[in-house]
Amino acid sequence: MTVPPSDFPPGDEPGQPPEPSGPVLFTPGAPAGPVPPGPQGELAAEWAGRLWRAVEAGDEYVALKTVRDALDAGLEPESVLLDVIGAVQHRVGVEWAADRMSVAAEHAATAISDRAVAALPPQENPEPRGRVTVACVDGEWHALPARLLTEVLRLRGWQVDYLGAQVPSSHLVSPLHRTGSETVALSSSLPTRLPTAHAAITACQAAGAPVMVGGAAFGPGGRYARVLGAQAWAPDARAAADRLAEGIPLPAGGRPAGELPHLRDQEYTMVKRSSRELVRATFSGLEKRCPAMADYSEAQRERTAEDLAHIVDFLGAALYVDDVGLFTGFLGWTSDILAARGVPPASLLPGLDLLDEQLRDFPRTRNLLARGREAVEERC
Amino acid sequence: MQYPARSRQDASVRALALAAPYPVLLMHADGTVAEYNAPAEALFPRVVPGSPASDVLPVWLAEAAAAESDGAVHGRIGQRPYTVRTAPVGDGSTALWLVGESEDRPAADELARERRHTRFLVEASEALFSTLNPGRCMEVAAQLAARYLADAAVVISPGDGRRLPVAMCDAAGRVTRRTETAVPEQVPGLAEALRGFPPVPFRWIDPELADWLLPEGADGVKAVALVPLPGQGVPAGALVLLRATGEAEFSEGEEETAALFAQWAGAAMSAARLYAEQASITDVLMRELLPPVLGEADGLELASRYRPAGDSERVGGDFYDVHHTVGSEAVPGGTLVALGDVCGKGLEAAVLTGKIRNTLGALLPLAADHQRMLTMLNQALTGTHHSRFATLVLASAEPAEGGLRLRLTSAGHLAPLLVRRDGTVEEARTRGTLMGVLPQIESETDEVLLAPGETCLLYTDGITEAKGGPMGDSRFGEERLRRALAECAGLPAEVVVERVHMLAAEWVGEDEHDDMALIALTAPRRPEPAAASPDLEGDA
Repeated sequence: MTVPPSDFPPGDEPGQPPEPSGPVLFTPGAPAGPVPPGPQGELAAEWAGRLWRAVEAGDEYVALKTVRDALDAGLEPESVLLDVIGAVQHRVGVEWAADRMSVAAEHAATAISDRAVAALPPQENPEPRGRVTVACVDGEWHALPARLLTEVLRLRGWQVDYLGAQVPSSHLVSPLHRTGSETVALSSSLPTRLPTAHAAITACQAAGAPVMVGGAAFGPGGRYARVLGAQAWAPDARAAADRLAEGIPLPAGGRPAGELPHLRDQEYTMVKRSSRELVRATFSGLEKRCPAMADYSEAQRERTAEDLAHIVDFLGAALYVDDVGLFTGFLGWTSDILAARGVPPASLLPGLDLLDEQLRDFPRTRNLLARGREAVEERC
Repeated sequence: MQYPARSRQDASVRALALAAPYPVLLMHADGTVAEYNAPAEALFPRVVPGSPASDVLPVWLAEAAAAESDGAVHGRIGQRPYTVRTAPVGDGSTALWLVGESEDRPAADELARERRHTRFLVEASEALFSTLNPGRCMEVAAQLAARYLADAAVVISPGDGRRLPVAMCDAAGRVTRRTETAVPEQVPGLAEALRGFPPVPFRWIDPELADWLLPEGADGVKAVALVPLPGQGVPAGALVLLRATGEAEFSEGEEETAALFAQWAGAAMSAARLYAEQASITDVLMRELLPPVLGEADGLELASRYRPAGDSERVGGDFYDVHHTVGSEAVPGGTLVALGDVCGKGLEAAVLTGKIRNTLGALLPLAADHQRMLTMLNQALTGTHHSRFATLVLASAEPAEGGLRLRLTSAGHLAPLLVRRDGTVEEARTRGTLMGVLPQIESETDEVLLAPGETCLLYTDGITEAKGGPMGDSRFGEERLRRALAECAGLPAEVVVERVHMLAAEWVGEDEHDDMALIALTAPRRPEPAAASPDLEGDA
């Protein structure tokens, strides 16, 4: 393991119950917690309030003007990016989770934030630094955090190759060879993408580039960053830029990072491979157990199947990084989301039981399901 | 000194002991030296019979003598390591046998050196072959060479023959890169080394002859070696080793290691160079096939998404293109959007999409008449040896009273969907024959008006045919697409394509899917007069 210990605070060992992990389930695009504001925090908070009102109203024109005015009022560009636009984006995630914002409105808000980022004037003649590639893991649609990091790094003088959202590993590695980028910064908000993130991390390392990761996917304190062998982890864009300035060590030779020994029990592989069969069987089991489902509309049935698919996805991710907290955190968070939408969290329990019945031969999986059940029951 | 003549046998044992070709000391039980042989005398010149061991022998040896242990004790006499063994030789006296360990040292050193070389070669192979970037590869080679083979190192790539890319690593491990315009012929042997073939041997040269190669402030360089880097049949460059000490030669083991390293570095650098050359050729050829980056269009919002079937592909059989059309007296200027799907996937299909896009570009003057444009395109396609067919939809947009006027014509393609402000989703009433099969085609054009904020979506069947979902067994389908669009009523084009693309991609998950392309045309929402000059100061 080549991860410098300073990136991973002691006492944050896998296995401890995490705080309910960040926005995960459907689409929220904000980081797990509010980002600590920079030196111009108070002034920025005021501008963030104005931008929020423009974004909430879907008014791109006012939003762009607000950003320009904030700059004119003397707010540093970095603070505009992180403490104004970033803060607004965090609020979008919070509002969505509380069911005060529709998915489409959330997309619209994000699009406005994205335009606001694009509207910022480039920094003139910063002290030149190295070359960095910034990308989102494949399947990751929330590009804004990576976009904000890109702009912060550019302001600080880095030459950034920004590859955008959902970048397959092959599209990540071939530009690395072409540009000779010294470091890769990978963003992911969805823990279900951790196996894919692992593939991307090891591919970049095999191409000789050290990898820094960030985003809610990597868990509280970046615990999964360590499990997956990233060279560094950062909780937010400001910290990521600081960390990059310190220098991130190269991976040892081109050797791929160590395998995950807990995967030898094949439970992840089996659950992953049969995930859709598991969802189908659980769904028909639910139909037998819950007569009310007979009256479900097609959309409701699909929603139920989607929820089951999410549970199986998170089960797989928790098996992959061997962390109970990932699964219990997800179920706790889902319970809260359901409650906010007037659905009793107890409706998750029959699905967990049915999965348990199908996965009798997998002790690690069954332990996750049992602990997940406890997490849901606590909220019933 | 006389022994009590107790036993002739004891005396002969002592004599035998003293005859050994190693330093031997005979000690009395009281800790004084009884006798010693010539090698011992050479080792301890101060010893005379009767000297107390503690006065004339190193402490560890005196202690070993007193302890009378059976095992071997190790210690140093001067700089040299020794092993001492004790043995009783009668009369309560003890013999100390000293064996110098110097005989073992070259072997141990050799082993350590071999291990260092092996470690170096392992590290070198990992580091050199992990990157395919020529510049990085040179940096890595210079770094490794400076660390293991010399004090500083310079790697020179053949470049284009006159401008030489150079990577340098100084004694402190700092790496710099620059381009050198100096003439290789100035350094004896460099031009030959850079040519690569036929291979030339290593060469030690006068540091003064290579001054432009030396890092700044590298005054202490005493020896410079020029090492050619044989590539894989391609000239890969040369390595220059700089040494601060005067040793102008390699030891036998070093030379072998340096040669192996040079081979690997050369192979890695030539592979990186070939890759870079191929990649830049691909980029140039691919530029015409990649979906265009959408610029600002007059009077309408445009946004698109594209995802080829294969994760490692950049292009596929789906395509779109956007052209600005010049207006005439009869027809106002505007924008022509084409989106289509060629039968097949991957590069071969992409090549045909390039032909279609080029042909459409040439037919732009006909944009006012979709039928004619499609007829000409069909003739062009059926006239080639391509046996593939294609479907296509054309959208011409012109700003009009009350929004955006669209003419939509499908040639065997899915009809565009119109997203009205109230969330209604309509299908454009256009249909027509697909392209490239029949000599004659037919098509019907629909004319629609988009009110501000309304969107027209052109898409390929990669979206609707996407198979997956939570159970993995159903198509994304048109119904789901319409529901998604209904939620996007009144939203910008960018949001519409993002949302639809995301839903379809998440629907398929990690399963296989076809190429996906979509492009949205949205009539801009006019900014409210009130919003055009908001009083922000009063708002806080």
